[in-house]
Amino acid sequence: MLSRVAETLYWLSRYLERAENISRFIEVSWHMTLDQPGQEECREWGALVSTTGDNAQFYERYNAATKKTVISFLMFDTEYSNSIISCLRAARENARTVREIISSDLWEQINAFYHIIEGAGKNQGHVYENPYDLCQQIKLRSMMLGGIGNDTMSHGEGWHFCRLGRYLERADKTSRVLDVKYFTLLPSVNYVGTAYDDVQWAALLRATDALDAYRQEYGRINPSNVAEFLVFGREFPRSVLHCLGVAQRSLHAISGTPMGAFRNSGEQILGQLSAELAYTNIKSVFDKGLHEFNDQLQVEINRINDAIARYFFGYDPEEFKEAG
Amino acid sequence: MSFSGYDIGPFYDEMFASPAEPRDGTRLMVEKIESLPPGELKRRQRTAEQALFDSGITFNVYGSGEGTEKIWPFDIIPRIVEAREWYWIEKGLKQRIRALNLFIDDVYHDQNIVKDGVIPGDLISSAEGYLKPCAGLNPPGRIWAHVTGTDLVRDEKGQIYVLEDNLRCPSGVSYVIANRRLLKRTFPEVFTASRVKAVDIYPAKLLDMLYSIAPSGMRTPVVALLTPGIYNSAYFEHSFLAHEMGIELVEGRDLVIQDGFVCMKTTRGLQRVDVIYRRINDDFLDPKAFREDSLLGVPGILEVFQKGRVAMANAPGTGVADDKVIYAYVPKMIQYYLGEDAIIPNVPTYLCWEDSARNHVLDNLDSLVVKAANESGGYGMLIGPVATASEREAFAEKIKSNPRNFIAQPTLGLSRSPVIIGDGFEGRHVDLRPFILYGEDIWVLPGGLTRVALRKGSLVVNSSQGGGSKDTWVVDGPDTEAETDRETTLMSQSQTQDGSGQYAEQSC
Repeated sequence: MLSRVAETLYWLSRYLERAENISRFIEVSWHMTLDQPGQEECREWGALVSTTGDNAQFYERYNAATKKTVISFLMFDTEYSNSIISCLRAARENARTVREIISSDLWEQINAFYHIIEGAGKNQGHVYENPYDLCQQIKLRSMMLGGIGNDTMSHGEGWHFCRLGRYLERADKTSRVLDVKYFTLLPSVNYVGTAYDDVQWAALLRATDALDAYRQEYGRINPSNVAEFLVFGREFPRSVLHCLGVAQRSLHAISGTPMGAFRNSGEQILGQLSAELAYTNIKSVFDKGLHEFNDQLQVEINRINDAIARYFFGYDPEEFKEAG
Repeated sequence: MSFSGYDIGPFYDEMFASPAEPRDGTRLMVEKIESLPPGELKRRQRTAEQALFDSGITFNVYGSGEGTEKIWPFDIIPRIVEAREWYWIEKGLKQRIRALNLFIDDVYHDQNIVKDGVIPGDLISSAEGYLKPCAGLNPPGRIWAHVTGTDLVRDEKGQIYVLEDNLRCPSGVSYVIANRRLLKRTFPEVFTASRVKAVDIYPAKLLDMLYSIAPSGMRTPVVALLTPGIYNSAYFEHSFLAHEMGIELVEGRDLVIQDGFVCMKTTRGLQRVDVIYRRINDDFLDPKAFREDSLLGVPGILEVFQKGRVAMANAPGTGVADDKVIYAYVPKMIQYYLGEDAIIPNVPTYLCWEDSARNHVLDNLDSLVVKAANESGGYGMLIGPVATASEREAFAEKIKSNPRNFIAQPTLGLSRSPVIIGDGFEGRHVDLRPFILYGEDIWVLPGGLTRVALRKGSLVVNSSQGGGSKDTWVVDGPDTEAETDRETTLMSQSQTQDGSGQYAEQSC
């Protein structure tokens, strides 16, 4: 497969997954503000901006974090490269350059998806009032695209690059959802363990569509169990460990390297990270600090991304000679 | 909607022989349209437009910011060509392409046509599309123009002419196929009854042609389509064709020359490419041989081509015959190389480099269409009857300062075809671009792209100048072989989850 095409497919999926997760972030924050009447809502929305790691860009353009400014920033700001509209535009441009590789259905639905958000951007007032409908639509559209991809593309190299991108992005974003909770609670630790706390943890689970699966496994909401489920839930398709496992299988399917071995640094870093997670538990995560753990995780995922880009996308004759 | 008020005007109408009398092949269509309930035709038009938008068959309007993505206007009333007329068109096009290829090969070798005094040699060397580095090249089978999109027009009397040959990178065939797919959904009833010749076969024919020119070898040739990239206005078509043929769509930056072969950069290292269907103009193809500042091409690719280690369609250098001055000599070429009279005539053309012709042109600017020899896309053109006096004066100066670069033709009253305007039909001028493939033999796509000048009275059909398109139907005569109904055995889908116990058995 052409290096450029592989890179395009990888980013196409990452952007779609990113758009979906941002809508999940917005939804969870919105629910949290609804659940605490009388509280100053700015804290919730400010926390959401912190989660993205793009604080600086936000405060360059907006004075304060309110429902309106944050939704505007995360959903419709075309100047901000990680907003939903920017992600979808990038996804669509990527899709356009590989139209001949992806299925027609996939392309048409990506195109339609972009036009829906672009259309919503022209009537933002409604979204500020009730972001739920649009968030829900974004989530469902993204999941549908995943399904179309799975059911219409051959499960060959191109599909594996899509899956690699999608699951690495999802691992990163699930760890950031946990961070939403961290940033929200930061200023008032005395909430911990109250009924209100439970409501917030439930909102996190709902944002990752994990509430039902969680209840089947643990029943009562309990912070430690929630974190454990979202990081280590081996069978849950949005948990960090599960996502890294899927990414790893795709990476090895692409290179042909047997699992348990490595031939390039992407495989090496991803293997190390997965193994480390597989042999640790939630207690040591809390001992280290949930936020610190998430931070470290995100750094490692970035390193994996860079290694994949060097090896597969940035064709360099020398590198290939060494790799054989 | 009814055609009762439809005015065919003083033009040849492609649908009606006289105001109330549809042409033979169009009768069914006219009846169908008139029988639709009120509003239904417009509903179908809107559905078709929405489908175009959803499928992203859009083009970017240059220089006007975002949100300017548009679909290429499409009118759902097809333009219908009868089989017996198509027979002659097809024959004429094959004749023309054969002669043009012999000419291009001659131009880059012995130039017998010049030695024999048929065409002045300085017209060839001064043609912008003439590329010196191509002299002496021997493309596979000595064929240069493998893909051609000849523009045809029809005058008031119904006579068809060749307007342009388009031997470089003609585009538009993807719209032919996309338009057809849409119309099948829009008028399924008429479609079946009219026995319309299929166009879907084009990508397969194109791929066959590309395989046929591959350098000889034992393995299956690797074919790629070379595009300038996503910002090219025809990018949709490049992507569409690559997808339909199942070949790689590459950009210049995906290709390198390694050990004397063209290779593409893949996730597993370099892979050799044997045939390139290139949609990059000659100028940009190889910065080593042509324009040095080209970032789109592949440095050194011409040398690989010269050595026969990669095939390219079209071969570089075909633009020499696209020059509008050279165009005027095509009937003579047909006579010279084939000993035949041209089946489809040229539009009468005045060559401004000839003194008498130039004087005639300058005296009659208000009735002529003047064109620059090397422009296309409706640019560099003066339409005398609608130009202002000062525009005509400016053009007269251009002609005088560079007579070689201009030709003039009478303003043809192009034929018209009805389009939906508001709640009725109005006639708009059309042309036709059939597509011709030349590999082991010559094949003509039945129909082609009908472009329509949607602005009232306009004669310019180019998409960049307010043109739209229509589907073109070549309707089969009664002589064609009957459809063979294939017998199919259908397995009923009877398994369900409960009741019969099949589910349990199946899941074992």
